[in-house]
Amino acid sequence: MSAAAEAVSDNAPQIAVEVDHVTKIYPGGVEALNDMTIQFPRGELTSLLGPSGCGKTTLLKIIAGLLKQTSGTVKVNGVDVTGPGKERAFVFQDFALMPWASVMRNAAFGLELQGMSKSEREAIAEKYIDVVGLKGYENLYPHELSGGMRQRVGLARALAVNAEVLLMDEPFSAVDEQTRRKFQEDILEVVDDEQKTFIFVTHSIEEAVYVSQSIALLLPRPSRVSEIIRPDIRRDISPDAIRRDPVYLDIVERIWQGLRTYVE
Amino acid sequence: MSSFLVHPLTLRLVSVVIAFGTWEYLGRIPISPAFPTFLETMSALWGMLMDGSMISVYPATFQPLLIGLIISSILGIACGVFMGLNHKAEWFGAPVFIVLQSAPLAALIPLLTFAYGIGLTSKIITVCIMSMPVIVLNAYTAVRHTPTSMIEMGESYLGSRRQIIMKIIIPAASPVIYAGLRLGAAMGFIGAILAELLITPTGIGDLITYNQSIAEYDKMYAAIFSIMVFAVLFIEILERTEYIFFRPDKRVTQ
Repeated sequence: MSAAAEAVSDNAPQIAVEVDHVTKIYPGGVEALNDMTIQFPRGELTSLLGPSGCGKTTLLKIIAGLLKQTSGTVKVNGVDVTGPGKERAFVFQDFALMPWASVMRNAAFGLELQGMSKSEREAIAEKYIDVVGLKGYENLYPHELSGGMRQRVGLARALAVNAEVLLMDEPFSAVDEQTRRKFQEDILEVVDDEQKTFIFVTHSIEEAVYVSQSIALLLPRPSRVSEIIRPDIRRDISPDAIRRDPVYLDIVERIWQGLRTYVE
Repeated sequence: MSSFLVHPLTLRLVSVVIAFGTWEYLGRIPISPAFPTFLETMSALWGMLMDGSMISVYPATFQPLLIGLIISSILGIACGVFMGLNHKAEWFGAPVFIVLQSAPLAALIPLLTFAYGIGLTSKIITVCIMSMPVIVLNAYTAVRHTPTSMIEMGESYLGSRRQIIMKIIIPAASPVIYAGLRLGAAMGFIGAILAELLITPTGIGDLITYNQSIAEYDKMYAAIFSIMVFAVLFIEILERTEYIFFRPDKRVTQ
């Protein structure tokens, strides 16, 4: 079993986020989600995986409270979501960093918006800048960083507000492949250390299998959860060994077989 | 050596030398008796600076110019930002300023004189109608084009509407707002000179018309040259203030 599964083994995985019969129709009549029901266990990283157009980002933004669903309910810790909340933090696909603010100010920005004093918030941000591996870069500006480093700032900002649920919208899609692999390895450590619930949108099968405790496979037209897969791959071996592990490769292949009919 | 040749300062210097050299050459042909050479103009400028006749007229020009620019900047940015944030205000305001921007506003000056007389008020309003439309429209476009994800970021981290406007939208919009201010300032200089040429000859406009009428063309060009230098300096200072107050990241790249 995976490390995170052990962490919650004393009682069955509790549910952190509950999506109940959610439908989203955009103005203009495009149906992005149709009666979607899905639950996200606490303390785990769950990936939303699917081809484009299956509504995964829409679902994530509804959970974040950035979009309003047309019908249905979303509950975080049993409380209805009516807008953004303190218990959720978002990591953006395009990083959403402020180009005029230093790494430090960007990382501390969530706390700044909460009205925390400068010294307090910078102490916290400093800690998470270190966690994401950017110690020493505090005073640089985003344009001086590589894509991967920018997203690390985005992650530090999300960790700094100490939310229980981290919502990550294709966080590595704008990052080059080598950096992405390193980032995936690092995110596993963060998941282990932080004991938070991660909901992770991706369109990369390999990435989903590599980082997730469970994968929700979404299919389009009509959008639905087709399957929940728990890739029980070994976590005690090196990252390179995992990527060659037959179990890992089998799961990747199985998901691909399930998805390919929707791509062709 | 080659890095020296393409250094921005070298290039700027070269372009200045070419421009003034051309001026000097054309003046020496001469293309017109009313067109003095660069060196004649500079010596007239020096003379006017030394005998105080140039410095004494500037307050009269700067008074309507600065008052007009301050009004246009504050009111213009406020209007533009509000239009960018509020669809009703956009619907109401955008057509007015788009028309104002494309209309030949100098044609309105006789109307202004008729309504407000030949005093300071008319001149301030001339500066305002010249500079404000471009300031408003730039501020409005800038606010409207704030990256969506940055606003979503502010919302998801529970920023209040006020915080999102002050900490995200305005700084994100500031480069384009400042571009508008620079264009607006340039238009304001035109407005101030137009007002002095068309309403009552005071300040630098008086110096231009007077020297033209007595055929002291070198002095006339010196006056024109001096106002251009002021305009360029003013716009340069404006750009610096942006870097200092809103975009510290741009100072890093310099």
